[in-house]
Amino acid sequence: MNKNNLILYSVIIIFGLAAPFLLPAFKVQLSILCVLIVLATTWNIQGGEMGYNSFGNILFYGLGMYLCASVQVGMFFPLAEWTESGGEKTFVHTPAQFFQGMAVGLVVAAVVPTIVAGLIGYSILGLRGHYFAICTLGLGVAAGEISGGIEIIGAGQGFTTPPFPEVGSLDSRGEFFYFLSFFVLVLTFITVKGIYNTRFKLILNAIRDNEDKAEAMGIETMKYKIIGWMISAFFCGLAGGIMGGLVGYIDSTDVAFDGREMGVFMVLMAILGGKGTLWGPIIGATIFHIFKEGFWTFFLGWQYVALGVLIVVIVIYFPEGIMGWLREKYPERFGEVVDEKDRKAQVELK
Amino acid sequence: MDFMVFQYPMISVQACLDGILLGILFALIAYGMALQWGVMNIINIAQGDLVILGGYIAYFMYLYGIHPAWGVIVAPVIMYFVGIVIYKLVINKVVDRDLFISILATFGISILFMQLMNFAFGADVVLANSDYGTTMLFNNNVVLPNSKIFSAFISILFAICLVIYMKKSKLGRAIRATAQNARAAKILGVDTEKVYAATFGINAALCGVAGALISITFTIHPYMGLPYTIRSFMIVIVAGLGNLPGVAMSGMGLGVFEEFADYILGTEFRIGSVFLLLVLILVYRRFKLSKKREYLK
Repeated sequence: MNKNNLILYSVIIIFGLAAPFLLPAFKVQLSILCVLIVLATTWNIQGGEMGYNSFGNILFYGLGMYLCASVQVGMFFPLAEWTESGGEKTFVHTPAQFFQGMAVGLVVAAVVPTIVAGLIGYSILGLRGHYFAICTLGLGVAAGEISGGIEIIGAGQGFTTPPFPEVGSLDSRGEFFYFLSFFVLVLTFITVKGIYNTRFKLILNAIRDNEDKAEAMGIETMKYKIIGWMISAFFCGLAGGIMGGLVGYIDSTDVAFDGREMGVFMVLMAILGGKGTLWGPIIGATIFHIFKEGFWTFFLGWQYVALGVLIVVIVIYFPEGIMGWLREKYPERFGEVVDEKDRKAQVELK
Repeated sequence: MDFMVFQYPMISVQACLDGILLGILFALIAYGMALQWGVMNIINIAQGDLVILGGYIAYFMYLYGIHPAWGVIVAPVIMYFVGIVIYKLVINKVVDRDLFISILATFGISILFMQLMNFAFGADVVLANSDYGTTMLFNNNVVLPNSKIFSAFISILFAICLVIYMKKSKLGRAIRATAQNARAAKILGVDTEKVYAATFGINAALCGVAGALISITFTIHPYMGLPYTIRSFMIVIVAGLGNLPGVAMSGMGLGVFEEFADYILGTEFRIGSVFLLLVLILVYRRFKLSKKREYLK
């Protein structure tokens, strides 16, 4: 790690820790931004590095959300009665119960999706190209439809997560969820940066470039694909668990398995920032979140129209993303050695 | 779980007949899907939304006092031009690119259409009433609405017309040539750009017909598009591209499956079971195909 990087990371960490005090009005937005960055970064492991364009990471996100909330309630109270009572709560968590439940819930929310990813990975990741994309799309929607029919987790009427207990000042809810999501974001970044420095990333790239050849070179592609998916599932589950507590209400198709929103957002953010780069999804998620919040606030009702147009425009005119564009413009900054003569010749050709 | 369907055989007959009539409609949509997939190599996620848009055209005719059955003529004409416009604006830029680009771009179109229809027509579940009455079979044990029979009949009619058109007309031949080899067709003087536009237009027109029929027989809603896309995708991968009898058969099979799932699991799991079936079919297909690749290991 050189000096510039060290300064950059320190600035980001300091800003991240100070953000809720600098911008107290945007605490919830900043927490959502952290969750979005986690989702985009982990999607990038499949879509960017591995070449498997998944619409199905939403499955782990929703699973984590439901699991975290269910564990948090189920540890202390009967789950069925809780969901039946809807908004009017007969049970109240004490602060200790709330935090214990949240901690155990987050562990479950991270571990179970990872196991699920490992179990279904062998069947699903054998699909190639667009079959994989459509299959995962179906998986996400099926999960939403099926969870919408299960009574114990609220079925169609939704599931209210335990309200934050009143400890300390009024703002402690926002700070708690902000620091939680920021912690998960840092954890995700360290993990992803760590694995991108190892042979694992090269294997994923080999799978993306030519899977059959990679297999012929002696790489057990299936094993690495499943491991990659399990890493994504782990962090998606965590992000979902936090988001469930943050939103305070879980609906099967509108919040948890929301393929139309979150499922597309994570793909879009990664593409906007630049697939297959470490910083691309982070930049993409930040820009997308600012754009989205602006639109959601000022053009209420037209947001999906804007979203549809945005998807089409980004996909058609900007498929390389911001990082890809920068890379083309300043290749030296990305450590690519460019022959001056060669470059001039190319410019002349254009 | 409800196993009444096995205790009373008449319910099974009812479910089968309903499913077959429904499946013929699915097959019509899937035929459009297969056409554009085969010719242009794109997967159109907005297929279902085109269907729903066609349905709203028939519904509006019904609102203004025209019999909605005329929608079968009007909807495809309007939808053809809608298809051409979509092609000119978006699809022609994704035709020769990666398939995932086309999936994502049409996903964007799908979201756009969903919301625009929600603005224009409201979020209510609507139905264009055709007043066709019902037919009773087997001692009044099986009830078939005449509108379902009508829609199945019209679907078959359109499918036959299209097959003949593809076989005999000049444009049909050009489309088939492009599907076989776009480059060779271009060399031989086929204007592939025009062929693509026409293909997408024909696909949208087929969706329009199917949508008008769905608004007569079932209900439509702005957000109901995606299941129709998934159904047609499923039918196409089961039948294979360019296998018309296969498309018809697997369409009917899917219809029957859905009706039985509806009876056994309950209506709330109907759409979920369709999506789950898609996943299962793809996984089955993956294991079947991987047997052929064993030598790599």
